[in-house]
Amino acid sequence: MKLRLAPQPLEWIDRKSSVSFTFEGQTVSGFKGDVISSALWAQGRKVVGRSFKYHRRRGLLSFANHDINALLQAEDRPNVRADVVQAEDGMSLTAVNTFGSLASDKGALVEWIGKFLPVGFYYRAFYSPKFLFPKWERLIREMAGLGKVNTDWSEERKPKRYLHCDVVVIGAGPSGMAAAIAAAKQGVDVCLIDENPYIGGSLDYQYVNEDSQQLNRKYLKETVESMPNIQVITSSYVAGYYGDHWLGINTPDGLIKLSAQAVVVASGVFEQPAVFRNNDLPGVMNASAAQRLMARYAVAPCKEAVILTANPEGYRAALDLHKNGLVVKAILDTGKTAGESVVQAKSAGIPVFENAVLVEATGRKQLQGVTFEVGRLQHHLSCDGLLMSVGWAPAGAPLYQAGAKFGYNYTLEQLLPVELPEGVFACGRINGVFEIEDRIKDGEQAGTAAAQTVLGKEALAPVDYTAKSAHSDPYPIWPHPKGKEFVDFDEDIQIKDLKGAIAQGFDNIELMKRFSTIGMGPSQGKHSNMNGIRILAKLTGKTIDQTGSTTARPMFHPTPVSHLAGMRFRPERLTPLHSFHQQRNACFMEAGSWLRPEYYPTAETREASIAEEVSAVRNSVGLIDVSTLGKLEVFGRDAGELMDRLYTMRMSNMNVGASRYALMVDETGVVIDDGVAVRYSEEHFYVTTTTSTSDSAYRLIQKKVIEWGLKVTVLNRTGQIGAMNLAGPNSRKILAQLTDLDLSNDAFPYLAMRRAQVCGVEATLIRVGFVGELGYEIHTDSQSALKIWASIMEVGSEYGIKPFGVEAQRLLRLEKGHIIVGQDTDGLTNPFEANMPWSVHLKKPYFLGKPSLMKLKTLQNRTLVGFELLSKAHKDMPLESNLLIENGAMIGRVTSIGRSATLNKVIGLAMVETAFSEENQVLKIKLTDGRFVDAKVIKTPFYDPQGLLQKPDESNEGEAA
Amino acid sequence: MKFVTCPSLGRRALSEFTYGGRLEKEPDQESVSEKAWTDYVFYRNGAPQTLKEWWYHRPTGIWFLFERNTLTDRITQVEFANRGIENEA
Repeated sequence: MKLRLAPQPLEWIDRKSSVSFTFEGQTVSGFKGDVISSALWAQGRKVVGRSFKYHRRRGLLSFANHDINALLQAEDRPNVRADVVQAEDGMSLTAVNTFGSLASDKGALVEWIGKFLPVGFYYRAFYSPKFLFPKWERLIREMAGLGKVNTDWSEERKPKRYLHCDVVVIGAGPSGMAAAIAAAKQGVDVCLIDENPYIGGSLDYQYVNEDSQQLNRKYLKETVESMPNIQVITSSYVAGYYGDHWLGINTPDGLIKLSAQAVVVASGVFEQPAVFRNNDLPGVMNASAAQRLMARYAVAPCKEAVILTANPEGYRAALDLHKNGLVVKAILDTGKTAGESVVQAKSAGIPVFENAVLVEATGRKQLQGVTFEVGRLQHHLSCDGLLMSVGWAPAGAPLYQAGAKFGYNYTLEQLLPVELPEGVFACGRINGVFEIEDRIKDGEQAGTAAAQTVLGKEALAPVDYTAKSAHSDPYPIWPHPKGKEFVDFDEDIQIKDLKGAIAQGFDNIELMKRFSTIGMGPSQGKHSNMNGIRILAKLTGKTIDQTGSTTARPMFHPTPVSHLAGMRFRPERLTPLHSFHQQRNACFMEAGSWLRPEYYPTAETREASIAEEVSAVRNSVGLIDVSTLGKLEVFGRDAGELMDRLYTMRMSNMNVGASRYALMVDETGVVIDDGVAVRYSEEHFYVTTTTSTSDSAYRLIQKKVIEWGLKVTVLNRTGQIGAMNLAGPNSRKILAQLTDLDLSNDAFPYLAMRRAQVCGVEATLIRVGFVGELGYEIHTDSQSALKIWASIMEVGSEYGIKPFGVEAQRLLRLEKGHIIVGQDTDGLTNPFEANMPWSVHLKKPYFLGKPSLMKLKTLQNRTLVGFELLSKAHKDMPLESNLLIENGAMIGRVTSIGRSATLNKVIGLAMVETAFSEENQVLKIKLTDGRFVDAKVIKTPFYDPQGLLQKPDESNEGEAA
Repeated sequence: MKFVTCPSLGRRALSEFTYGGRLEKEPDQESVSEKAWTDYVFYRNGAPQTLKEWWYHRPTGIWFLFERNTLTDRITQVEFANRGIENEA
């Protein structure tokens, strides 16, 4: 049985080129331009999928991008929507959610036990006994879900683009096109968006055979295409509306973020199915689906049709079938529709039954007939197509998301927008306007009004074009004693399921949705929400308005992760020494927004390379780029006051030329930053922050300067200054060759700061001890940093100097027990817990977070401790964040760990409950594989506890370690 | 995305701004009671209201104060945050 029709006036297929693909192992051919469903249907394949729960055979329903039962599995992607995805040569497709095959699906057995699976079954049955849950879980995971994700995917990232326009029109049907033209005529920039590959909307499938619309079609389409200030975006849908007319638009090539001044919503209406027994048999479909099938793809929905209708649109569909030579056995009118198309249908000899009551559709594997009643008389007609045209629901997602209010209109039996936010307009059928000429006029006035809003002009009061008679049946729902009347085709929800949910007290629309799962499938209620509301309203004796609607959240439609993730658009900062690191083939890592050398691959393995770097620092000398540190300069009369207020230690009593550890907490007393502060002069400080907090620390300090009303200026010099740390017993010898500064311990002691020329360049030198050796941090303007670095490397070659990276530095500082904020501290750690009570000067009159710290000092119940692992086996190496367990309960976690070659053991830091923080306490660390290893709490620093190596006598230097 | 009308730069995307909390006067650290301090640090009255809030414009590095209705999310006033502003809270 072939269903391809003779050429249609506006068909989307190219009959000169054919495509061929496989479906369930069988070859299917169609024309170029066919979607998968139309190609299958044209060959008479009416079973395109199985339903989610009962595995019933399903055909086409909406043909409007929510045919959830026609989801297919392609080789590279799950859940291909057969009603909108074009067929391509070589595709290999199978139905999703079948056990065996589409033709013979063992999952269909579920239908036989369906009566034992009442609504909410999962929630109740799996609650107890608990020990059975894992078995249930395995079963559900096997049964549930649709397509299978190929986890062997290749990375796909689509660009995100930005677009700005004055007026955006959503939907390029007759009213949308008219709105776009009217707005563009006012001289504003317009974007017209439609989910279909071509503009035209219902004008091109509902009115395709009406000669009277040829002029309108020609005018609207040609004008849209010819106006330079209308940008048309097709095959794309508005995924979400966000504040201030900001739209997320999903296009095949990625997301567009569109910012508009005014929005016209001409998104139209979703046709709603009727609810009756076996309304899911393949062959039963929405009338608009049949019209799309015929007009776009020249495929007949059936050979012999019965039309179930409550509006003139159903009659028009009957006439379309008639015109294509298909048999229309009868029109079953649920009421008494009047109008021109009714007259035409009757004069074409199509039998019309008014006030018809549907009983059921019949057929085994697909539709074979329909039973209905008129008066008390029951009739049966055989047919292979039953087209439903019983009502419409607004495609209102953009309006709902924008904050529009909808109200039920009893003339139309439809929800209409009754209150629109500023700058948002609606027109066409979503606005209750159904006559084609009126839809165009309604579009024109909405487009004009939108443009006038943008231009700041007063808009005229709109003319009301709302239809004067109903286009929806108030209750297109016919319960049957034997059930199987489907309300939601995604989730196989029947009338009895909604009844059951309501009976159990889930009688609020949001509760009913979640308990019964109506509207929770992939189509998100596009064909089920309205009928669900009607049923709930009827069963609870409320009006539609009182019943309300579920919340329409973005995304309007499933949006691929590749679109949401988008292309990486994150600036990477490079230090002034980056070219050197590149020459040395450094292995880079991200640190905040920076790229930093993790290590320089000089040995066979990563570990060996890092070990060589560590050894160079401990035994001779190493050099690390620390330009990524945040670097702030503080000037002004109140500089000392500001420093005192920001940091936990007293800063205003620092001598000029001194440096001091600078620890910052927030108002709750949590450690947020640390660095080194130096004093250049009475009213001039320079302070570093950690790499990742430079922006937030600067922001906070600026805010505090304002709040406290201090006379002080803070400059963020992070990018302007390059910095490096020269560390190791031989560092002084090297530096001495590059500067005239007296480097003796007397002239430049540990923790002092000096400003001097290095390699002829002005630099700030700070004697620091972060890595636990004699060391100098050298800060200079970023242009000169490379010059100093290169000179140090050259002079240092005599001592076997090595550049070292972040990993080596982490191990070196761990050997000293120095913390890294954000690694050894978390979002709740205070300085007492970090084992740094010495860093808090509670006697200071005021500083950020002081009252919190005063309290927290008395409440401490965890402590950062050092530990050594009692096993040296490689397989026993814990990872950072492994837990410490005592008597089955968690007592802490590992924050830092490393294998110290210097000390020949594995050392680490752990945050533990204070009760377990005593020296020599044995802790049990649970490894990722579930085994436990023992560790012993020991004092920090692990290396050089007296800190002698940081401040060696000149005579000893170079001989240390 | 919302837009903010900046007094000197005009219409800017809200994504250029970072939220900095509501404008609130810090209690005097010396005399504050434990309860009052805890409330200041942790308690936020979430009832719909018009608030003055700190917003930081990252590209220019300038702090602003917005007057914003938390029910409608409408920003009714944008001004530069000036030194000593805490006294106005």
